[in-house]
Amino acid sequence: MSQLVGGLATSHIPAIGGAIHKGLQHEAYWKPFFDGFPPIRRWLGRVAPDVVVIFYNDHGLNFFLDKMPTFAVGAAEQYDNADEGWGIPTLPSFKGEPDLSWHIINTVTEQDFDLTTCQEMLVDHACTLPLKLFWPDGECPVSIVPICINTVQFPLPSARRVYALGVAVGAAIASWRSAKKVAVIGSGGLSHQLDGERAGYINKDFDLKFLDSLLTNPQWATQFSIHDLVEKTGSQGVELLMWLAMRGALTAGSASVRKIHGNYHIPISNTATGLLALETAA
Amino acid sequence: MPLQPKSETTVSQSLPKIPGTTPFDGEQARKGYRLNKMCYSFNSAANRAEFLRDEEAYMGRYGLDERQKNAVRSRRVLDLIAAGGNAYYLAKFAGIFGLDMQDIGAQQTGMTKPEFQAKLRAAAN
Repeated sequence: MSQLVGGLATSHIPAIGGAIHKGLQHEAYWKPFFDGFPPIRRWLGRVAPDVVVIFYNDHGLNFFLDKMPTFAVGAAEQYDNADEGWGIPTLPSFKGEPDLSWHIINTVTEQDFDLTTCQEMLVDHACTLPLKLFWPDGECPVSIVPICINTVQFPLPSARRVYALGVAVGAAIASWRSAKKVAVIGSGGLSHQLDGERAGYINKDFDLKFLDSLLTNPQWATQFSIHDLVEKTGSQGVELLMWLAMRGALTAGSASVRKIHGNYHIPISNTATGLLALETAA
Repeated sequence: MPLQPKSETTVSQSLPKIPGTTPFDGEQARKGYRLNKMCYSFNSAANRAEFLRDEEAYMGRYGLDERQKNAVRSRRVLDLIAAGGNAYYLAKFAGIFGLDMQDIGAQQTGMTKPEFQAKLRAAAN
């Protein structure tokens, strides 16, 4: 069976792509953000996952409002990035892992999740930037299974439902007949709001509680409705759903997790950025 | 037992309003469909150029209503949201003019950009 080695989570912001492209990682504005990554890269070098399952939210690159799936699982041989309209450089294509994609699709659907399957799927900065941040040099060494969760159009899936999806995906990974090592990523958050008179809203207190809960009480955030989460974390802070899915996945076959490294920095762009790496207990 | 007819009240209307926040629900998605579809088209560099060449014709092609056209002409993000615009698609529109998220945040909150940046930094304390 495959081995689920751990979980990663990071914020995604288009401007990060520009900063990487321009080599600004050591500038005063960017350094507190980028400095969180080297300890995690060293850990990744040791555990060397072959595949990552990444929970992220599309921002209007692959999906438009004509068809808006709640949970969409990529099942492609290859995933292309493309122009998102913001002038950030397009990254090279990423390798898919269709065997695991279909194993997840089959297994998770048996557990009553209704998925959309995508044999073609453009992946936006929310999928590509975490990969570039965790594996900055050369070609991305891992193949991917992207799982897109709708945060564009309400109603959004509840935190409870997203956590349960993560648990089901984790169980699917654990039952995949493969010698490969798998990691999961949650991409999004933490608190931020881009739109409306409340733009610029950040809630450090909530973010820190949420980060702590992922270690001590992973289902803590599932008590909140989407409305609560928007109120407490901002319109786009609700992307913390991706972190919850990641954390849910780690519960499969592992009673506890160990924190490898974390970071929290305000602000990049309009966002409170979070970063976390969790190792599953053997 | 006969099924009760569902109220047409949308979720966001039945919950207490979050100040300064417009959840992008079914009502917004219906109202803003054409505006958002136009903004979605700005993923393509050719379409961005075409919009800049003839903004009025481009809006006409997507069937924007007068309120949406005025909001586009004004470049005012709050007006674009009121006309049904979604933050993620509107960001592509803002990108045409080289505006970043802090520019947009400053505009919506009536602050200068340095004031808005100071507000963000203050959230770290």
